[in-house]
Amino acid sequence: MKMTGAQIICECMAREGVEVIFGILGGAVLPLYDTLPQYPQLRHVLVRHEQGAAHAADGYARVTGKVGVCFATSGPGATNLVTGIANAQLDSVPMVAITGQVATPFIGKDAFQEVDITGITLPITKHNYLARDAASLAKTVREAFLLARTGRPGPVLIDVPRDVFQEEAEFNYPSKVAPAGYKPTLQGHPTQIKKAARLINEARRPVILAGRGILISRASAEVKYLAETAQIPVVTTLLGISSFPESHILNFGMGGMHGMAYANMANSNADVIIAIGMRFDDRFTSRVSGFAPGARIIHIDIDPAEIGKNVRVDVPIVGDVKTVLDALNKLIEPTQHIDWFEQLDLWRKEHPSTYIRNSNGILPQYVVRKIYDVTEGNAIITTGVGQNQMWAAQHFWYDKPNQFVSSGGLGTMGFGLPAAIGAKIGCPDETVWCIDGDGGFQMTLQELGTIAQERAAVKIAILNNGYLGMVRQWQEMFYERRYVATPLSGPDFVKVAEAYGISGLKVTEKEDVEPAIEKAMAEDGPFLLDFRVEPEENVYPMVPPGEAITEMMEEPREAIKVLTDSAKLPTSNI
Amino acid sequence: MAPTKHTLVALVEDKPGVLNRISSLFRRRGFNIESIAVGHSEIPNVSRTTIVVDGTTTSVEQVRKQLDKVVDVVRVFEIDEDDMVTRELALIKVKATSATRSEIMQIVDIFRANIVDVGVDSVTVEVTGDENKINSLLSLLHSFGIRELARTGRIAMTRGALNPLTAEKKSSGARSKTQKTE
Repeated sequence: MKMTGAQIICECMAREGVEVIFGILGGAVLPLYDTLPQYPQLRHVLVRHEQGAAHAADGYARVTGKVGVCFATSGPGATNLVTGIANAQLDSVPMVAITGQVATPFIGKDAFQEVDITGITLPITKHNYLARDAASLAKTVREAFLLARTGRPGPVLIDVPRDVFQEEAEFNYPSKVAPAGYKPTLQGHPTQIKKAARLINEARRPVILAGRGILISRASAEVKYLAETAQIPVVTTLLGISSFPESHILNFGMGGMHGMAYANMANSNADVIIAIGMRFDDRFTSRVSGFAPGARIIHIDIDPAEIGKNVRVDVPIVGDVKTVLDALNKLIEPTQHIDWFEQLDLWRKEHPSTYIRNSNGILPQYVVRKIYDVTEGNAIITTGVGQNQMWAAQHFWYDKPNQFVSSGGLGTMGFGLPAAIGAKIGCPDETVWCIDGDGGFQMTLQELGTIAQERAAVKIAILNNGYLGMVRQWQEMFYERRYVATPLSGPDFVKVAEAYGISGLKVTEKEDVEPAIEKAMAEDGPFLLDFRVEPEENVYPMVPPGEAITEMMEEPREAIKVLTDSAKLPTSNI
Repeated sequence: MAPTKHTLVALVEDKPGVLNRISSLFRRRGFNIESIAVGHSEIPNVSRTTIVVDGTTTSVEQVRKQLDKVVDVVRVFEIDEDDMVTRELALIKVKATSATRSEIMQIVDIFRANIVDVGVDSVTVEVTGDENKINSLLSLLHSFGIRELARTGRIAMTRGALNPLTAEKKSSGARSKTQKTE
């Protein structure tokens, strides 16, 4: 059957099971948009800026596990996607981006709205294509989806010249595509798995480091089995949050620069580390030479290039996390580590990193905790980047996979709001909260327009401290309180929301925090809460950059109040 | 002592932009590359790229693994230093007067190199061999004055009948990326 290039793309997307596309149209991509009405199963969400399209596709992909799709036109449309694509690349999020390009005869002529987007995105995509004719489009789109979602997922971009959208070609859907240079290793090497099992069975102070690979591979059950059988505490990375239930007694929270003190202590004193689907990012390891000095490291990851990249590894296992753990778990003997857990629980009691002190004003941590209380933990949380992100990671406890959606690798401020749109559209039955700072929120607040148009019932909590807070914290700690360019004014966010037809509430008193959250939850549609929080509150614990992970600065407090407020701190031993 | 120079061979799909993908990778990751030589291989639409990496400044393992991640790279393997045939070609334009020309020709003979062009005040020498041989010849010709120099960079092949694309090499640890059509 003859089809136009645009029809071929839509047909392939429908066959891939695409439900929703985020994007903005323009001249070069117009023929593709003109074809969309022929495919009613492809819902298009019009965003207000292409960065929002990429982040929304990203948020959608993270909560559903499906490939997120975004469209943009040539030139500025395509370059506006770049931040969102880089974000997806660093966090291994499956995404397919289609950009329009000027017509083939104009390529290379600096035509109107021409930009070399395949050149620009080369280092920030898993792969990209410049489509040269309609006949090869079906294979290209099929390959793009295969690459995006398999192996280590990532964004794939297809740049399609305007005339290729319009060109007619015979539609042949390839039953299978297998790029010659692409064959991810799924099965772990049996010898290495045996070695790992022996190390785990003989370990006295083991720790599991749980990363986002577990979520991608849907291996939470396997990790839980391993942790429970061999009695291993689980420390997560920022993006590994929700891969292992946070209310579980074996969960020791997030590690790293703003991780739980006891999590970093566990890491540093471990004799065996089982790193699963994580990549030893510098925010997690801090100074590499000071990271887990006494530990033998088992590293399970699907990407061979991650193994040995940042830290030395004793037992490398390249493979899909779930497949590897299935094999590994068969060799694991039930064990107890009573001495280790006595030590760990002592650290947990002495360093209660999620303790929130009493205050008159509104503490941002308190807001996060109240959102947790009111939602009873049943919510998807998307965050901005900086203090708000760390407090959302620390003070909300995530028990279900993919509940926590955050920009880890790239650290993209402005991610929270568009990601929340994608998450809500991907999981319409879930409560979705965007916890953001006033700085990051102002970077993408135009997406309130998208929320209003789509009636996406996203709840927004702005932790408004009038600063670019995390940078201010660095200035306070490392630049002698020279607050250069961190104080920032903002609009009246409630009025801004109202201008978009979204209800909101400004919260200035502590006793109003909980009722405000309840009101937001009671509202059917979207709702914005502007919390005026303590302006100079810091995130603790903190490992100063360049220090060993054990050099934590903890929140200054008069006396350690143990177990005052936290169900997360179990008193009983295993 | 481990050799400092490592030879990697990457078989890549002959598509537009493949070299750009590879060179962009080297630049982005800060890999220090001594030489890179590209040409056709025995397989249609697959080019053979020979890359020499300085192992003292760059992790060869990372270069290999990161190259392997490039979708258009079909296969990457390292060739053992003591198990390879390696050649490089150089064209050297040397300043020559009637007084020095015969001396240059003698040196060229000793190195089994060829003179491929003679001008009024220069000769162009073609030499093939490993880097050491070319370097030695260059140092001898240096005193006459070198006007122009072009070197291809190393190309290399495993000794014997073994074809690393079809036979798995035990020692290299290279992960096989078997080709599947369809």
